[in-house]
Amino acid sequence: MTSLPSHTERSLGLVIDLDTCVGCHACVTACKGWNTENYGAPLADSDAYGPNPVGSFLNRIHSYEIQPETGPAQVVHFPKSCLHCADAPCVTVCPTGASYKRAEDGIVLVNESDCIGCGLCAWACPYGAREMDPEEQVMKKCTLCVDRIYNENLPEEDRQPACVRTCPVGARHFGDLSDPESDVSRLVAERGGIELMPEQGTAPVNRYLPPRPKDEVPELDVLAPFLEPVADDSKGFVGWLDRALSRLP
Amino acid sequence: MNAPKFDTSPKVSDEIRKTTCYMCACRCGINVHMKHGQVAYIEGNKDHPVNRGVLCAKGSSGIMQHLSPARLRAPMKRAGPRGSGQFEEISWDEALETAVSWLKPLRDTDQSRFAFFTGRDQSQSFTSYWAQAFGTPNYAAHGGFCSVNMAAAGIYTMGGAFWEFGHPDWDRTKLFMIFGVAEDHDSNPIKMGIGKLKARGARIIGVNPVRTGYNAVADEWLGITPGTDGLFILSLVHCLMKAGRIDLEYLARFTDAPCLVNGDNAADEFGLLLANEAGKKLVIDRRTGEIAAYDAPGIQPDLSAVHHAEGVSHRTVLQHMADKYLSDEFAPEAVASRVGIEAGRIRAVAAELARVAFDEAIELEREWTDFRGETHSTMIGRPVSFHAMRGISAHANGFQTCRALHLLQIILGSVEVPGGFRFKPPYPKSAMVHPKPHAGVTPGQPLDGPLLGFVHGPDDLLVDADGNPKRIDKAFSWENPMSAHGLMHMLISNAHAGDPYRIDTMLLYMANMAWNSSMNTSGVMKMLTDKDDNGEYVIPRIIYSDAYSSEMVAYADLILPDTTYLERHDCISLLDRPICEAEAVADAIRWPVVEPDRDVRGFQSVLCDLGARLGLPGFVNADGSQKYRDYADYMQSHERAPGVGPLAGWRGSGDEHGRGAPNPNQISKYIENGGFWIAHLPEQATFYKPWNVDYQDWAVSMGLADRPCPYLFSLWCEPLRRFQLAAEGRHRLSPPEHLKSRYAEVMDPLPVWYAPHSPGERGYDVHAVTQRPMAMYHSWGSQNAWLRQIHGRNPLYVPTRIWESEGFRDGDWARLSSPHGEIVVPVAHMAALNENTVWTWNAIGKRKGAWSLHENAPEATKGFLLNHLIHELLPPQGDGLRWTNSDPVTGQAAWFDLRVRIEKVAAPVETQPSHPAQVSPVAKAPRLVVQKSGA
Amino acid sequence: MHPAPSIILFTTLSGIGFGMLAFLGLDAAPPKGWSALAFLFIAFSLAVCGLLASTFHLGHPERALKAFTQWRSSWLSREAWVSLLALSVMAPYGAGLVFLDQAWRVPGIAGGILSLATVYATSMIYLQMRTVPRWNHWSPPALFLGFALAGGALMTGRVSVALWVLPVLAIVQVVAWIDQERREKATDTDLATATGLGHFGSVRAFESPHTGESYLTREMVFQVGRKHAMTLKVISVLLFAVLPVVLLLLPFTHFLVVPAAASHLLGALIQRWLFFAEARHVVAQYYGRWDMTGMRRG
Repeated sequence: MTSLPSHTERSLGLVIDLDTCVGCHACVTACKGWNTENYGAPLADSDAYGPNPVGSFLNRIHSYEIQPETGPAQVVHFPKSCLHCADAPCVTVCPTGASYKRAEDGIVLVNESDCIGCGLCAWACPYGAREMDPEEQVMKKCTLCVDRIYNENLPEEDRQPACVRTCPVGARHFGDLSDPESDVSRLVAERGGIELMPEQGTAPVNRYLPPRPKDEVPELDVLAPFLEPVADDSKGFVGWLDRALSRLP
Repeated sequence: MNAPKFDTSPKVSDEIRKTTCYMCACRCGINVHMKHGQVAYIEGNKDHPVNRGVLCAKGSSGIMQHLSPARLRAPMKRAGPRGSGQFEEISWDEALETAVSWLKPLRDTDQSRFAFFTGRDQSQSFTSYWAQAFGTPNYAAHGGFCSVNMAAAGIYTMGGAFWEFGHPDWDRTKLFMIFGVAEDHDSNPIKMGIGKLKARGARIIGVNPVRTGYNAVADEWLGITPGTDGLFILSLVHCLMKAGRIDLEYLARFTDAPCLVNGDNAADEFGLLLANEAGKKLVIDRRTGEIAAYDAPGIQPDLSAVHHAEGVSHRTVLQHMADKYLSDEFAPEAVASRVGIEAGRIRAVAAELARVAFDEAIELEREWTDFRGETHSTMIGRPVSFHAMRGISAHANGFQTCRALHLLQIILGSVEVPGGFRFKPPYPKSAMVHPKPHAGVTPGQPLDGPLLGFVHGPDDLLVDADGNPKRIDKAFSWENPMSAHGLMHMLISNAHAGDPYRIDTMLLYMANMAWNSSMNTSGVMKMLTDKDDNGEYVIPRIIYSDAYSSEMVAYADLILPDTTYLERHDCISLLDRPICEAEAVADAIRWPVVEPDRDVRGFQSVLCDLGARLGLPGFVNADGSQKYRDYADYMQSHERAPGVGPLAGWRGSGDEHGRGAPNPNQISKYIENGGFWIAHLPEQATFYKPWNVDYQDWAVSMGLADRPCPYLFSLWCEPLRRFQLAAEGRHRLSPPEHLKSRYAEVMDPLPVWYAPHSPGERGYDVHAVTQRPMAMYHSWGSQNAWLRQIHGRNPLYVPTRIWESEGFRDGDWARLSSPHGEIVVPVAHMAALNENTVWTWNAIGKRKGAWSLHENAPEATKGFLLNHLIHELLPPQGDGLRWTNSDPVTGQAAWFDLRVRIEKVAAPVETQPSHPAQVSPVAKAPRLVVQKSGA
Repeated sequence: MHPAPSIILFTTLSGIGFGMLAFLGLDAAPPKGWSALAFLFIAFSLAVCGLLASTFHLGHPERALKAFTQWRSSWLSREAWVSLLALSVMAPYGAGLVFLDQAWRVPGIAGGILSLATVYATSMIYLQMRTVPRWNHWSPPALFLGFALAGGALMTGRVSVALWVLPVLAIVQVVAWIDQERREKATDTDLATATGLGHFGSVRAFESPHTGESYLTREMVFQVGRKHAMTLKVISVLLFAVLPVVLLLLPFTHFLVVPAAASHLLGALIQRWLFFAEARHVVAQYYGRWDMTGMRRG
């Protein structure tokens, strides 16, 4: 079980658009809400109203500041959850077989009834995608809402991860990244989707679409003709106005 | 390799109940999934016009708000000194009888001794109706400290503003420019719109001193100096006018740009627009050269004409605009250093606006007919759009700055056109057809008219014969004459000072005045607890209604506990702040998807009861019995005008919409339909609404208007000019002497810019502002176990320049001081920030003991408010007067005019000032939250 | 990494226990009778207590037996098996020593090798963590085996062996510290690769996803004052190697084995604490706390 499948029929995953994410945390709590009520143990919060609240979350939003060589600093909001790696180190370290990668769709899951809570998988993951539940003491992680995407009790259009369904800006896309014709694969191709920490050799399935170039002020001389003055003062303006009005239909 | 078997199609819930979110002011539709009769999971409603299925972090955490340990459990009366938090639970009967015993004598003698102010109230048409029936002049909601500048400037200029009044044409706009927007209002629709723009690769320009959220995804960010947006905008106007890149046809047809300004310096009407006997504004018809009413059939108003009469030249508004805006004082080079944006970039933005508006214009094949009877075969669109919010309005120059932005939109011809900014019904609606404010008190009788409204000039002010304010908040007085939303932020300080008079009882609803909803928070807490020489509280009685144990609860004498949003009825009404779309009219309800498990009642239902106990007209039947059983009954059976009620859908026998008799099954119809009603505009009515006869007729048919009311956009704001005339001695009324010079400066009928801060603040060079975090709504979020993990404390973000010059390092603390006070807070570095501005997240800091949080919660020990640094009044300036810290036109609280000094200090134990803990009136919160209703 | 006491105790004690078993099994002339009983009792106690201590770290110790299932891929599972085999082989072998005065060579050698294999398996749990550059290095097996041998030699009274092993171990440890430093610096994972934003400019963490702590920051973004790292290292080497060697070189050696072993154990515990506390997990990059973790900058 903890051996990785040599091949998965599909590679379901997320494509996250860093050019569009406004950092609203909607995906964070939508995920918490669905997954607290569904797959496995609820996502508990210890010291919930106290000085040191720590709850388990499967999806978190970081934010980073980039200082380019020229131009003002930029802020990038950065959602992060399990990347459902093809070469998932979290799976192979698991001593009990609780962590596994599904051959049919590539989703990495934890079978909580087999989890001894040793934490090795969280150590093995470079992305911080796994969190031990403070109450249940089993490892929690993104399931890609495996209980939504195939759920026949949900309308077809809702069979997508809770984070994708709720994202107000539509910065999260779900699909099969092994199919080059899928919408997500096309997005990755068009926008130059990147994988995180390629040097870790995990072969993540999820991809991130980089921010588009920012603060590129068009050359002024190109624009100058557009703002050629027609008048220097009010009087000249009225003269121009007369001429301009006479040209109107 | 046998993968474990588990059910990938679990049952999601037993039932879905569809209602309206209340985690912020957005009013999204939500699906509440129920399991075993309990709330299990909340998601967005895909059919709902506001959010189309998406839901923000707050909405998705609604379950934790609904189950908050800070929920009040029963009515309470104060059992200790005010502010201590000591209470004793009482019955509803006792609570209501107590309230009646306080209010009845006031109603019978002098209703102005009663003040009723509501905070984040979403039932203002109802609460104001109650206040009017009671007969008090002292009612308002929180608009005065929120964004009244935005609303009033928009309505006075173009008959509608941003947020619930309109939105960009998200599907067609190619360039979107935002000013001072940080989440604020309309959050999901704006996010969805930004998503649409991003998907199309449309361009976004963000103007904000702070680059977070929407400004972070903007393609271009202009980190403007706070309070200078108006100057920047007028510089854009300067560039566009100077280059002749303005929409002359649009200006001539749909605005007052061709209207003639009275040029007779000797006349009392000097500077007003010429009008005929019927009050119609006059223009010169380009075809004939003759003077004509602006709406005469077929005329072509002339922008460049001059009307010569009796030796006086009357020129058009556009020519006055040229006089003003072509002046070098608005040249980019002249404003650059003050606004903090290079001149070249200002020109580039102006050029880009012009290029997209005119060179990338769009044309829809949609025939429409204007109010002059002319039929147009297509709809021309200018695909540039704007949005702005509190960042530009919460300044003392906010009203004129918002007007400047509307001026910019209008000269580009981008309002109510394809690709531009579009109104949502019941807007557009000219300020001149809105009600005027009223304050006529007759003991035992209702007020003489609606409380809030739009003044046209000095005649409409609510002042007595001596010029003294009639309202406790001094709204509609000479000090802030066009205060359309009242001045809630002045209520407590005025009541405490007895200026303009003393009051007896204050009823507040959902307004955390003892904490984040007040300027000068520490001072307000003192005012609420101050006693007079007889040992009585200076503000004798305070009744407060809230669902949660907020800081304000401790300062009330009587608590009327409200329900959570999932336990109540509400109507999101067309009479109020509706949820319409540009192409549809819509309203919605809340209904109790679960019954409260506590002894609490919806505040509006309590008002129905209280109104009946007080015998208020409209709240009792002819036989004196209670008219509305509860708020739900009011929602269904109240009629504001014949056939027009709080809810517009399924009226009459269920097949009439807009107008129709009350329908006793109306709420069930809403519930069946997912909690909302929507009706779409006819296609030919979807743009050019203020001038489009099809729209005007449709609005009448829907009950949005009594008659068609087309109008021109007001670049020239005559009400402002009338106040100037009064200051110039050309009116029977005159403002107090000390206001006259200010009127000349700020009441300019054309948008102007003036520096917002007072000269008394020298030495305080750094701007300090707040931004609303997307995952928190005011103070509400901290009691939410999920959301408080995202924002449990707030650092003061410091720009690189100050970070380095003060030698700050991670983990350091700073003293931030203003002329009014000081706070000591943790700092953090941010580079994407105006170099002269510090900021923090809004309303994360909490008082110990409130919101059911542990006393050492980070919200209390590391969180903080800037409010302590802001006073309701500006520092003395040597004229013996204390000016209010608000916009002189509307009275909007000028939060963002704050200037501070910052210095590094040794880390204290906790943020300063630190107030002693309140006794929590609710039980201790649990340590652990494991929420699973299915379990 | 969070230096959890249970893991520090587990790896240190079981390492010494299995080191003792290795010597007892591999020794061609092992002690027998009461003397064997004493050594075996101590060795088994340390090994078993260490293993039990490791279960304190588990969220669900009652499911610990499931850890035997994944020996094909998981070093933790392999460790469980090898330790069980080592103990099962060493138990009858030990019984032979104690009760039958017999030293069966084949089980002895097998048990000794299995005991060392257990320590190796433990070390491989750390070595395989590519996410922790200091561990993803030759040093965990060398150090874990070195400490097992040194502790085992001391605890079984093999003074001459200990006098060889301890100085070598000290040298290996110092080299390991230096080379781990190099390994960590050489890691190509940084905030630029973590976010993929490196080519836009310099990347800096602005806001954390949560203002308080989380499982991740508590477990893997361990922060501790860095000032004393070097001091602790010096103390550790003094205690685990220098002092024991000095004691063993003094006359009346046999009496001094006990304080030498005690000193070694204390030094080993400090070494193991540093092994965790200094180790930085790449996830700290996401929190902008890479430079704040571990104890590298003294």
